[in-house]
Amino acid sequence: MASRSLQLKILSAVAVFGAWQIAGMIPVSYAFPTFLESMSALGRMAVDGSLYQAYLETLKPLVVGVAISAFLGIGLGLWIGLSSKFDWLFSPIFIVMQAAPLAALIPLLVMAYGIGLTSKVFVVCIMAMPVIVLNTAGAVRNTPSSIKEMGRSFLGTDVDIILKIIIPAASPVIFSGLRLGISAGFIGAILAELKITPTGVGDIITYSRSIADYPSMYAAIFSIILLAVVFLNIVERLEAYLFEGNVRGYASD
Amino acid sequence: MVMPQIKDPIGHLEMRAPPNAVVARGVSKTYGDVEALKNLSLEFPKGQLTSLLGPSGCGKTTLLKIIGGLLEPTAGEIEVNGTPVKGPGPDRAFVFQDFALLPWANVLRNVAFGLELRGAAKSEREAIAEKYIAEVGLSGFEKAFPHELSGGMRQRVGLARALSVDADVLLMDEPFSAVDEQTRRKFQEDLLRLVQNENKTFIFVTHSIEEAVYVSDQIAILLPRPSRVLEIIRPAIERNKNVDNIRRDPEYLDIVDKIWAALRSYVE
Repeated sequence: MASRSLQLKILSAVAVFGAWQIAGMIPVSYAFPTFLESMSALGRMAVDGSLYQAYLETLKPLVVGVAISAFLGIGLGLWIGLSSKFDWLFSPIFIVMQAAPLAALIPLLVMAYGIGLTSKVFVVCIMAMPVIVLNTAGAVRNTPSSIKEMGRSFLGTDVDIILKIIIPAASPVIFSGLRLGISAGFIGAILAELKITPTGVGDIITYSRSIADYPSMYAAIFSIILLAVVFLNIVERLEAYLFEGNVRGYASD
Repeated sequence: MVMPQIKDPIGHLEMRAPPNAVVARGVSKTYGDVEALKNLSLEFPKGQLTSLLGPSGCGKTTLLKIIGGLLEPTAGEIEVNGTPVKGPGPDRAFVFQDFALLPWANVLRNVAFGLELRGAAKSEREAIAEKYIAEVGLSGFEKAFPHELSGGMRQRVGLARALSVDADVLLMDEPFSAVDEQTRRKFQEDLLRLVQNENKTFIFVTHSIEEAVYVSDQIAILLPRPSRVLEIIRPAIERNKNVDNIRRDPEYLDIVDKIWAALRSYVE
């Protein structure tokens, strides 16, 4: 089974990259390099070290923003899910945050916090936090009342019920929120680098485009997608490690 | 206790009728405008099984949850072994209609969960859980997860969890309503054995007349709107002679008919 799923993954990668290669060779556009050209540009940037320097720059707001969003977001989400007063107070903020077009808010953030790290962290948080908070709150609110009642009747304290019943029960949805939030955080980090000040990977993208070095531009885009996929896989592993039962598919019970 | 001179007469009283494990006095419960229970008083003798029987909406589950301390009565009070109920307590254990098992935990952890919440050490609570898993006939399924078990087996897990905390009073909220008919009959037979062997008081909510007459020492028939106790029946069925004959006992059949005659006009 595992090897079959690996085979399918490889097959799907070959199909996508093959299509990319062919499309680049036709070419569909002057500005569209082939897969191999992009990969050699990626290799070149990796060898001369410019890629790592760029990621050092990009990862700062990304990691800080995602970490804040994850901890604060899950914490706030728990609170919102547990208390209806808190729900009334805070849910609207996150719903508005989720609906707001971020690009339009960036000039306001720059005016308030300048063009440094703070603004970029904010952009990442605005992208990542709402979905984490709202998913967590929804999952906590929808914990089956009978197992909460069971916890109370067997003398569980409030802390017991939150830690041993509500969080494990909500964990599949919390983690799906976390995955969505992290991918939104990646969007936010790149958006910040494109819209605020060109640094890191955003700089490679902007600069390569301006000098028509399209293979480098596509290589940078490809690398950030790859990183996001790897990151999401790590989160998935973390979930499987922390909440073993979630991968067992009991939800379809 | 502090006044030895009054202890003796109480002892005499206890000789005549079994003492009550649970007493409900003038219990009322309203949800907004809806009156679920109105001034209901009922006594549950120690070591016996009392059924709360009635059509849906008569407040039997509400009463059970108030006894369990999961709901606050609007008025009146519940006493368990002479102590007023303020909330859930170690003297009562609940068996839920929908089993209320943790889907992410295996049978062993589910059965030990009540003890886990009471802070028992892992080795100790697992030893106790093993014992009750064997007692309900689930040996070999310790590592299984709830979704791998049939409905009947899941309820056995729920029952083992309630037994393992060793409470005096077992509160069972329609425990067999979600299992199939054959499993249900087996459960009823096992329940009779349990009442005999364990020195516990059982309070059993059901909407099945046959089930109530089969398993109960005492049946409280509740009526809806406003909720009240219509009648208390104590079936004098000789259960020891043979479980297979209970359903043919004339007393059993008469009581079933009598209860149905009393309830039929309240069922829409």
